[in-house]
Amino acid sequence: MNLDSEPGRPWSVRPQFPLPVPTEDNQPFWDALLEGRLVVQECASCSGLIHPPRPMCPECGSFDKTWRQMSGRGEVYSYVVTHQAIHPAYNGHTPYATVLVRLDEGPLVTTNLTDVVHEEIEIGMPVQMIPASLTEEISIPLFRRR
Amino acid sequence: MSTALRNRVAIAGIGETDYSRESGRSEMMLALQAIKAALDDAGIAPSEVDGLMTWRVDNTSEAEIAANLGVKDLAWFGDINQAGNVGAALVAHASAAIVAGLANVVVIYRGMNGRSGARYGRGEVTGRRGQGGSAFTEPFGLLTPQHGLAMTARRRMHEFGTTSRQFGYVAVSEREHALRNPRATFYGKPLTIEDHQESRMIVDPFHLYDCCLETDGGGALVLVSAERARDLKQPPALIRAAAQAGYAKGRAFVDTSAAALAPRFWEHAGVAPSDVDVAQIYDHFAPFVVFALEDYGFVERGEGGPFVESGGIRWDGGMLPVNTSGGHLSEAYLQGMNQLLEGVRQIRGTSTAQVEKVNLSFVDTGIGTGALLLERAS
Repeated sequence: MNLDSEPGRPWSVRPQFPLPVPTEDNQPFWDALLEGRLVVQECASCSGLIHPPRPMCPECGSFDKTWRQMSGRGEVYSYVVTHQAIHPAYNGHTPYATVLVRLDEGPLVTTNLTDVVHEEIEIGMPVQMIPASLTEEISIPLFRRR
Repeated sequence: MSTALRNRVAIAGIGETDYSRESGRSEMMLALQAIKAALDDAGIAPSEVDGLMTWRVDNTSEAEIAANLGVKDLAWFGDINQAGNVGAALVAHASAAIVAGLANVVVIYRGMNGRSGARYGRGEVTGRRGQGGSAFTEPFGLLTPQHGLAMTARRRMHEFGTTSRQFGYVAVSEREHALRNPRATFYGKPLTIEDHQESRMIVDPFHLYDCCLETDGGGALVLVSAERARDLKQPPALIRAAAQAGYAKGRAFVDTSAAALAPRFWEHAGVAPSDVDVAQIYDHFAPFVVFALEDYGFVERGEGGPFVESGGIRWDGGMLPVNTSGGHLSEAYLQGMNQLLEGVRQIRGTSTAQVEKVNLSFVDTGIGTGALLLERAS
């Protein structure tokens, strides 16, 4: 997607926001996003989906994992709108909405919506994942209305 | 469920400093002033202390505190991880140590320059620069404790129909209590429901007056065996039950830990929520008083909003007065310590918003992560 800031757009690049710092436990999640894919950790033993990724399956205790491709479809589960620039990095970006999306497959993903102003966000709104490249090494999963 | 702790330990002394926005003293000084006041209150010499416990986020060192107090032998010390929400859990740990004979005089303390020092409200304490689990939240603008909590508040508003205006009655009720408390930050400053509703949004659905203060101050409790407490200066506040819950599997962004803690806590206590005379509830954000009332079983889910709106938590006529000193919203934010102190005052009969005939005084110190039931000695 085009990340250039456009007037009136609900999402634009926020260069001072913290970047994700991948670890051994979640690197495949971030690698897939560089290819434009949203994957979620799947337990290789009981097939349970685990997000955010973690070393051990809370259902069966297995350490073995695979990564399952998501449809990228989901709906808004909850959201908050930050009005006060609580951190200097947020200066010039408020108000902005942070959204929890319940993927069709079940997991909850924290994100921002690219094309919905915060006044129009509603719980239950159907959305679709759209990857956004922040650096050569990091893309993050954003969502748009569908 | 074990009842091994029931009424075998007491809070025998309480102490605090003044509450301000700029203390002009070190956190070590604040902690020591509060500890000294608590020991004087109990009538115990500082050198008798053999146990010290505090929050993991406290910046002081137990050894340094012990050196200041002239402790002879620090037999029991420790802290509990997480954040501000561990006050009642510390009481549970200290009580277990006393019952087990591992320590005799345990002081629980907190000293913090929460306003003039590192500020929670600015992510200065909790921001993790995208590392660990925060890789999945901070890049999207969730940086402070209130962000995740606001997600829960929004979802519960959606599911149970609770409104911002109802949350506002938590703030208004607590402010009424603070108007009776000269120690409170907002003493002499009334708040109306319109003031709450018109106050600016911080993180929607949290208005300004849904959010706790940031405070410089210190507080301390002295715990001893119930037997010892009988011979000390103050009427003992017996610990009828104390429990913690560090993590609870439940519905994400709906259930608080109280939903898991409550059944075993009440079983341990051997009483029902309806037996409680007065409650102090961790109010970092006003909506969580409503959620705690629901998840501890004081009211049914969805009834917390109407309950506070109809005056249920007011000292003046409420069925269950809550946060009678003004709480974190209007007295001070000492991470549950000021609520522990007020829970003891209600047992002693010394609150500035004293409830009549208090036998059982309940304290929650953080979204269900720890709870305490204090009982008046017969």
